[in-house]
Amino acid sequence: MTNNPVISVHNLVKKFGSFVANDNLTFEVYGGEIFGFLGANGAGKTTAIRILSGLSKPTSGEVLVAGYDAYHQTEKIKKNIGYMCQKFSLYEDLTVKENIILYGGIYGMSKSLIRSRLKDLLSRLKFEEYENRTISDLPLGLRQKLAFSVAVLHEPRIVFLDEPTGGVDPITRRQFWEMIYETAERGITVFVTTHYMDEAEYCDRVSIMNEGKIVALDTPGKLKKQYNAESVEEVFIKIARPYKN
Amino acid sequence: MQKVIESSGINKSFGSTKALNDISFDVNESDVFGFIGPDGAGKTTLFRIITTLLLPDDGELKILGIDSITHFKELRKNIGYMPGRFSLYQDLSVEENLNFYATVFGTSVQENYDLIADIYSHIEPFKKRLAGQLSGGMKQKLALSCALIHKPALLVLDEPTTGVDAVSRSEFWDMLAKLRKHKITILVSTPYMDEAMRCDRVALIQNGHILTVDEPQNIRDAFPRKLFAIRSASKYKLITTLRKFEWTNTAFPFGDSVHVTFTNDTAYNSVIEYLTKEGISDAAIEETKVGIEDRFLELMENGAKA
Amino acid sequence: MKRFLGFVKKEFLHIFRDYRTLFILFGIPAAQILIFGFAVSTDIKNAGVAFLDLSNDEITQKLTDKIVSSGFFKKTENLLNYNDIDVIFKKGKTKAVVVFEKDFGKKLVSDGKASLSIIADGSEPNTATLVTNYATAIISDFARENAGPSLNNSLRINPEIKMFYNPNLKSHFMFVPGVITMILILICALMTSVTITREKEFGTMEVLLVSPLRPIQIILGKVMPYFILSFINVLLILALSWFVFALPVKGSMALLLAESMLYILMSLTLGILISTVSSTMQQAIFISLIGLMLPTILLSGFIFPIENMPKIYDYVSMIMPPRYFIIIIKNIMIKGTGLLYIWKETLILIAMTIVFIGLSVRKFKIRLE
Repeated sequence: MTNNPVISVHNLVKKFGSFVANDNLTFEVYGGEIFGFLGANGAGKTTAIRILSGLSKPTSGEVLVAGYDAYHQTEKIKKNIGYMCQKFSLYEDLTVKENIILYGGIYGMSKSLIRSRLKDLLSRLKFEEYENRTISDLPLGLRQKLAFSVAVLHEPRIVFLDEPTGGVDPITRRQFWEMIYETAERGITVFVTTHYMDEAEYCDRVSIMNEGKIVALDTPGKLKKQYNAESVEEVFIKIARPYKN
Repeated sequence: MQKVIESSGINKSFGSTKALNDISFDVNESDVFGFIGPDGAGKTTLFRIITTLLLPDDGELKILGIDSITHFKELRKNIGYMPGRFSLYQDLSVEENLNFYATVFGTSVQENYDLIADIYSHIEPFKKRLAGQLSGGMKQKLALSCALIHKPALLVLDEPTTGVDAVSRSEFWDMLAKLRKHKITILVSTPYMDEAMRCDRVALIQNGHILTVDEPQNIRDAFPRKLFAIRSASKYKLITTLRKFEWTNTAFPFGDSVHVTFTNDTAYNSVIEYLTKEGISDAAIEETKVGIEDRFLELMENGAKA
Repeated sequence: MKRFLGFVKKEFLHIFRDYRTLFILFGIPAAQILIFGFAVSTDIKNAGVAFLDLSNDEITQKLTDKIVSSGFFKKTENLLNYNDIDVIFKKGKTKAVVVFEKDFGKKLVSDGKASLSIIADGSEPNTATLVTNYATAIISDFARENAGPSLNNSLRINPEIKMFYNPNLKSHFMFVPGVITMILILICALMTSVTITREKEFGTMEVLLVSPLRPIQIILGKVMPYFILSFINVLLILALSWFVFALPVKGSMALLLAESMLYILMSLTLGILISTVSSTMQQAIFISLIGLMLPTILLSGFIFPIENMPKIYDYVSMIMPPRYFIIIIKNIMIKGTGLLYIWKETLILIAMTIVFIGLSVRKFKIRLE
């Protein structure tokens, strides 16, 4: 972990009409850090992630991602990040190999680089036999692991993971997190949201959002001490109320 | 005590995929029975067979003492079903949805109101709001109310807590616990291991196979080895290093520590030395209580090999 | 650039792996060309013609033979008096009546000219125009053939052309009933097919299936509101036709409304049947709208007469409900007939409705597979 922030957010506000989805968010994320972004549904997490990944613009406030400004340099941001969301990442009717070549092309990687990363990826995940199988044929756990590998295929500075382990069996979940650890060791910052509170413990630091604001931000250990809790789940239950509606 | 569900040898395939493999289990009256397992394990398929929406390829299934394959019409009156996707009418209000389901099942909201009072009270202030505009947690409560309104003997809930935050999940299980006193038998599926402890009995299912059926405490206590928790600031290095240790049986990250079992329990004494030698100087080890997830992981590892 | 090509390649892969898209891409144009090619024709073949021969001489016989043997016409009946004309048009098979005046032959020989009338069924303006044109051409031909050697001996046979039912040959007498037929079946089938598949897509169908509601209750429950509302629709359409297009309703309004409601009921149940074979709303819309539209336009006989098409189209159009309703609606509105002339078509529509409901109930999956 370095001391240079790869994500720098000051007083970020995002409004939809009169509705304030993100209310003055301020935080920094450092290189190689695993940063957990927690909060109830509707707390504003997805809105914030969309801004950070260059998909939407803030209403006001300073937002720098990988050194680029989120208002005017969204294309540069997109080039330097990876993104994996739960619902869709890979094309179901294409094969493993086709997906990798496709995304490699989209990220602007050279043919030879794609080929070598493909080989590397397949052997690391022990996926060689699945090279020519379509995604729809793969079990969910494998799909998630592959989706993650594809999201970091181009070695971006930051990778955003939106609930990547939903519904996956606990063994695969842990294997997935080992992949995350290994990725962070390589210096890639991992920004992850999750509903599994135990996964919050795997993060270097964790922030909890509620009703558009950040109500807690610290390492899991310090948060537990501060709120006199045995687990991050307890902290969460103590301070995050689900949306009243 | 009457058995609400009796099943044996249920098999179901879709084309070449075998979704359910020789499933046999029983459910007692008034129990909260949980099916725990990941996506693709077969939970939804099994629940659809139980609610008579699908026919098994073979096997026997008796629900409320009736054969579910031949007498499904009668069973459908006595089952309340909440399928995975909160099937509510998005363009009808909370009230209208509830009234509709009450009417279709030949009852009225007033008749069984005491049954759903606890649950419905959370959303009653919004009764004129369209279902499509409710939050996830509220939709969940409405769907549950609609499934209960005709006072079914058996309530079947397919992943009711998936995708909902921790607070709502906990509240939901509180509501289920209160239903016991109405003598309703509840069948629930969930991918969340921790929810297993809130069931009376639990079946662990993976890849269409049932790995074990028992009370959650028994499942947990049947853990075959001693379990240790090792902590260190460098979590990833700790895991990879532990896996290289000759006496390590399993090593899984678990929150802020790593849960380890050894092939030889005396290794407890030598592991810290080993870790220090490998460059991890801040490792701390202690024996720890087994949680149900530990047991599940162990069963799944072995189940996967089976 | 590489990015772009990579993306294009992906799009090709998606298309080739989706059989439905391939079918739309290649299958539908091919089918359309075939249908258009054969169905659309401005020729006539075997158009029914009846003769009111007030002269009955050798010459009228020869002219009659010439008309009948031309290949364009086929003789339906020999009429005895003018009153028969209305009756025979109502029967539907006859498109034109040729009336020879008294002493036709004699006048032609002595004066060199005689008159006849061609009375066409104006309720099908397209056909009427064609028929009168062809008939006139044949008659001129006859005149030429039988003229004497010198130019002074040219024969003049002047056909007087009259349009029965539609004296001004307004084309919207053809269009408006046809459009009513088409719109009612498309909209009604669309509505019911979508409402059921919507429940399937949103998952609410699962819970309905597990409830005590029986399939027939679900089906009729879906049809009911649309049936009632469509009644208002019919009144609206008829009002518009009357006020904007001055389309008359010569026959009984009550009968027209009753027949319309029958047609609507049939269309609604057709929609239900479509929903039993569709799993998504998209499929349902595709089948009800696109699948039904072209055949309805082309094969119901509303623009292009079915008689002019190859025989096979005739058979295909027999299973098309619009074919029968067009006959019913034109008969009541333009020809002013009563049930007597349209009982066959009415019965067919009733039968279709019952069949559709029966099939739907049977195919309605009480389970999820």
